Amino acid sequence: MSLNGKGAITGIGETAYMRASPKTAFALQIEASLAAIADAGLDPKDIDGIIPIGITGAPAEAFVTNFGIPDLRFSTLTPMGGASGIAAVQCALAAISAGLCKHVLIPAGRNVSSGARAGVRIHQMPQFHLVTEFELPQGAVAPAQLYAPMARRHMELYGTTSRQFGEVAVSTRAHALLNGNAVMTKPITLEDHQTSRMIADPFRLLDCSLESDGGAAFVVSSVEHARHMRQPVVEVLGIAEGHPDQPSSITQRGDLTRLGMAKAAPIAFRMAGVSHADIDVAEIYDCFTYIVLCQLEDMGFCKKGEGGPFVEDGKLRLGGALPTNTHGGLLSQAHMLGMNHVVELVRQLRGQGGRAQVQDAEIGLCTGYGDLGDGAIAIMRRN
Amino acid sequence: MSDTKPQPHPTEITQPYWDGAAAGKLMLQRCTQCGTIRHYPQLLCTNCYSDGVEWVEASGRGTVQSWTIAHHAFHPAFKGELPYTLLTVDLEEGPRAMGRLDGDPAGLRLGLPVRIGFGADSLPRFTLAE
Repeated sequence: MSLNGKGAITGIGETAYMRASPKTAFALQIEASLAAIADAGLDPKDIDGIIPIGITGAPAEAFVTNFGIPDLRFSTLTPMGGASGIAAVQCALAAISAGLCKHVLIPAGRNVSSGARAGVRIHQMPQFHLVTEFELPQGAVAPAQLYAPMARRHMELYGTTSRQFGEVAVSTRAHALLNGNAVMTKPITLEDHQTSRMIADPFRLLDCSLESDGGAAFVVSSVEHARHMRQPVVEVLGIAEGHPDQPSSITQRGDLTRLGMAKAAPIAFRMAGVSHADIDVAEIYDCFTYIVLCQLEDMGFCKKGEGGPFVEDGKLRLGGALPTNTHGGLLSQAHMLGMNHVVELVRQLRGQGGRAQVQDAEIGLCTGYGDLGDGAIAIMRRN
Repeated sequence: MSDTKPQPHPTEITQPYWDGAAAGKLMLQRCTQCGTIRHYPQLLCTNCYSDGVEWVEASGRGTVQSWTIAHHAFHPAFKGELPYTLLTVDLEEGPRAMGRLDGDPAGLRLGLPVRIGFGADSLPRFTLAE
């Protein structure tokens, strides 16, 4: 038994994304949830499963209370940072296919302008206490500084260049400009990338994702239910999570250039029964430009070390061989923990991608990357 | 955020490391059952699952696995030290260590030999070996 064809994303919802919202993270989470539930054509009381995203966020009980849910049958947590959303879809599919529940809500909301910013968030998480004890006191504070050695080693081993990272930033920004709900609204060039200030060498400012406020949510239901619901059916063909070697600190990881995605992707592709050439559109977690390139390798779109040349000829652009982050990603739309990547993939496969629509997109994938290297991937198809 | 540098908060498992660091020594856990050396300190030996530990002093020698140069302070306490280089080092004994590089990062490349020392703050400092 596999999760292939066991469920569909039946509802998607997002708030407006911005740098600083006056609303609380929970209010944003609720707003996105109501939008996703309405998009699915459901009533909030129809929700009988909840997997809230964000370990410091609102628990399932807060949704039960506010929605008056009469009979919640399933709730859990998938604390994998930016891989949490897709890992939650996997959990939801397992629960639905086991008959535990019918409609699972997966909601996220963030207000980082008033809450935990990038510099401190990791150090609030118990799973990273060794980083907090051994690395933070030396000035290894934020993800940019913790991930940069992975990128530096890749550059030294394979000749990967900052300009190749820059292509990811530029193509992603171009896509954000087509999206009516992106925080970044001005085009950038490769030269803008190359002259943006250095943050944590080799990462420049334009290699780094945004910090954003907002909410995103989706509803997972069985394919049978989906056929009678409001939206075109977007079913999950393959899904998997993968954890990196040495998940507790990047420093101690045998191969710095290999993420949990390298374990998850083969499982998801096998489950889906599709090949890389079948993927029409990809929404790839992009906390940093390099992480996109590394995941392309770990997913098998090219060999390890070939990610730089793979991206530099424009493959990731609309009209390219693998249109990627058609919404503008975490780099230019908003940092919504990769929840916005799931939402965008569903939109693309429904044919609701607006000006960024990939023509005839039928099969696509989205990925998540969690704090120090967790990976999650979902391959979906318009049914 | 306070301007005070974040300090390590040793646990029962990690305290011997910090005691060694305060004395200028790099101390690593060695499994009393199978001899596997591990770092950062953890409860179990991944090789044989024993929790038996003896602490051994490392040679202090290693090679460069990777690095980053911090140009932006994500914590105010580090602002005055910018730019600074954080080295990831393959210790001769097998595990890795992270620490500041004393000196110019311009000539850094993978595999360069380094030596570890400790500052007055008990934090590791690396220098390029002659």
